[in-house]
Amino acid sequence: MGKTLLQKVWDLHKVRTLPTGSTQLFIGLHLIHEVTTPQAFDALRQRGWRVARPDRTFATVDHIVPTRERQRPFLDVMAEDMIASLERNCRDFGIPLYDIGDDRQGIVHVIGPELGLTQPGMTIACGDSHTSTHGAFGAVAFGIGTSQVRDVLASQCIAIEPLKVRRIRVVGRLPRGVYAKDVILEIIRGLGVKGGAGFAYEFGGSAIDRMSMDERMTICNMSIEGGARVGYVNPDETTFAYMRGRQFAPQGDAFERATAWWRSLASDRDARYDDVVEIAASEIQPNVTWGINPGQSVAVDEKLPANADTEALAFMGFVAGQTVKGTRIDVAFVGSCTNARLSDLREAARVVRGHHVAPHVKALVVPGSQAVREAAEREGLDRLFLDAGFEWRGAGCSMCLAMNPDRLEGREICASSSNRNFKGRQGSPTGRTLLMSPAMVAAAAIAGEVVDVREFVGAEVLVGH
Amino acid sequence: MAIERVGEIRGTALPVRGDDIDTDRIIPARFLKAISFEGLEAHLFEDDRRELDAARPDSHPVSNPIYAGAALMIVNANFGCGSSREHAPQAIRRRGIRAVIGQSFSEIFFGNAVVLGMPCVTVTKETAEALMALVENDPRTEVAIDLGSMRLTAGGASYAIALPAAAREAFMDGSWDATGLLLENFDEVRAVAARLPYANRFAG
Repeated sequence: MGKTLLQKVWDLHKVRTLPTGSTQLFIGLHLIHEVTTPQAFDALRQRGWRVARPDRTFATVDHIVPTRERQRPFLDVMAEDMIASLERNCRDFGIPLYDIGDDRQGIVHVIGPELGLTQPGMTIACGDSHTSTHGAFGAVAFGIGTSQVRDVLASQCIAIEPLKVRRIRVVGRLPRGVYAKDVILEIIRGLGVKGGAGFAYEFGGSAIDRMSMDERMTICNMSIEGGARVGYVNPDETTFAYMRGRQFAPQGDAFERATAWWRSLASDRDARYDDVVEIAASEIQPNVTWGINPGQSVAVDEKLPANADTEALAFMGFVAGQTVKGTRIDVAFVGSCTNARLSDLREAARVVRGHHVAPHVKALVVPGSQAVREAAEREGLDRLFLDAGFEWRGAGCSMCLAMNPDRLEGREICASSSNRNFKGRQGSPTGRTLLMSPAMVAAAAIAGEVVDVREFVGAEVLVGH
Repeated sequence: MAIERVGEIRGTALPVRGDDIDTDRIIPARFLKAISFEGLEAHLFEDDRRELDAARPDSHPVSNPIYAGAALMIVNANFGCGSSREHAPQAIRRRGIRAVIGQSFSEIFFGNAVVLGMPCVTVTKETAEALMALVENDPRTEVAIDLGSMRLTAGGASYAIALPAAAREAFMDGSWDATGLLLENFDEVRAVAARLPYANRFAG
């Protein structure tokens, strides 16, 4: 009987079974940021501990950084306090920090892959639930809390329970105008927001095989929204091509040896899965959320179900039987660790070209990293967005979670390429979020309301798969 | 290291109804902008409370003084989904809650609660409903959970509770704060690192 990638990576990193029955797992890469680490470093100081493997630990700032006025000290005293604390901790414990002002700064889940820190076969932990993103490379990557950050800093290990594996096969071709974001929203709607509890999701099938690394990251990123702490894709030629030449990727002969090892980690053909689910790519439509969790989505022109949750409907101001299409928006946000890589910005730009943001809409594009920002500027995307009436910002988490100056006001409705539509998520307790793909956000920004991107622009503008 | 055995927890209980209550609702992100966990309990469910209490003062159970001294919290399904912020269980623990009883919990929330020594035990939907009704009827009702017998008693009745074996073991033997265990065998950790090709830069 063959093994899954999860089992192989787990076995390679298992130190021992703890007396409680949990696994002590070695962590190959620990990514840290300013929000979930100050208390962990305090604990180390109190106990006189060092960081076990500063060479396997990397830091950046993303959650609280302003995306517009980035000069220090930050206007927000608490934000300044947090960044200064991370700077002090990294200095004291010898951890590399890609700080504000560094051209490698960005959202932790964007820069890890970009720098080649994220590699197939690694175990990766970070005090952020969207760490599942890194699974796109065939890593086993998961979010942890601050006490576990402390554990990883001190011991480079974590106590964790084994996971079951559900293979999710997405087969066939996605229609034009349907993106990775639509696929993962479809999966979460089908399996539910808690359907993945206890599972790692292994994404495969011909539609996933054809996807770029950026698209695979979008899928794995939102595994956690389906309750699966870990999501991954088996490494293949697309993965290896992405890795080649990255700053921290192996170079020369070592790269060839790495590729052979990475290839060996992919799930065996006869691997046993705890569950298998299949989805037809051709049936997926552009999806939008209508409610207050990411499982509450519909196709953009589909009627809201008669049995739709009444609390969610009331909060959002929707009624059963209506469509989300036609909903007037106040804000359009292209950004977040889900959809702020270069290809996401390109997809949005294709839709925007030749149009202008509706007068009543505040629209912003927030690149996932400074490297994405610079690459986009080399292609002239900044001018295109600015001329169309979008704001063009510096890298950070921005309006995904509003721990920085970017946030909704009052009951504003935001068409958002981010990952969570929870009540209050975008900074206003009564603010409303409609999750959708970056192309759909761009179309909504221009139309001033939610539209079907396929009707909004010609088919030739939309990318086919 | 904390060697505190967690076996039996008793006290009054605070019911918070609703499935899929995410950690942004438990503690909104703006309260994460701090370098310590101190005082987080003041903002527990802040926006939910504001919404409910606006209609009628103290209508959110966390605002309601009748539940002020609660040692346990009763919730429904998929409690603590979303963000990995430990601030959520920290705020609950700092509010005086020592155990959470619910139909199901998100994995990350559950793990974060374990390292705080706060068990999240599961019960059936029927039991959760019965317990909520019980404490809503009489907030003075004493609820007791026993991780030894894996039973919950309240209002003269006894109910089964569930907890994964490893977590139960960790609470019972006081090893729920795992750092000590993780630090005691660094040679083995070194040996694991030594056999990982990437940790050796794929040397030939």
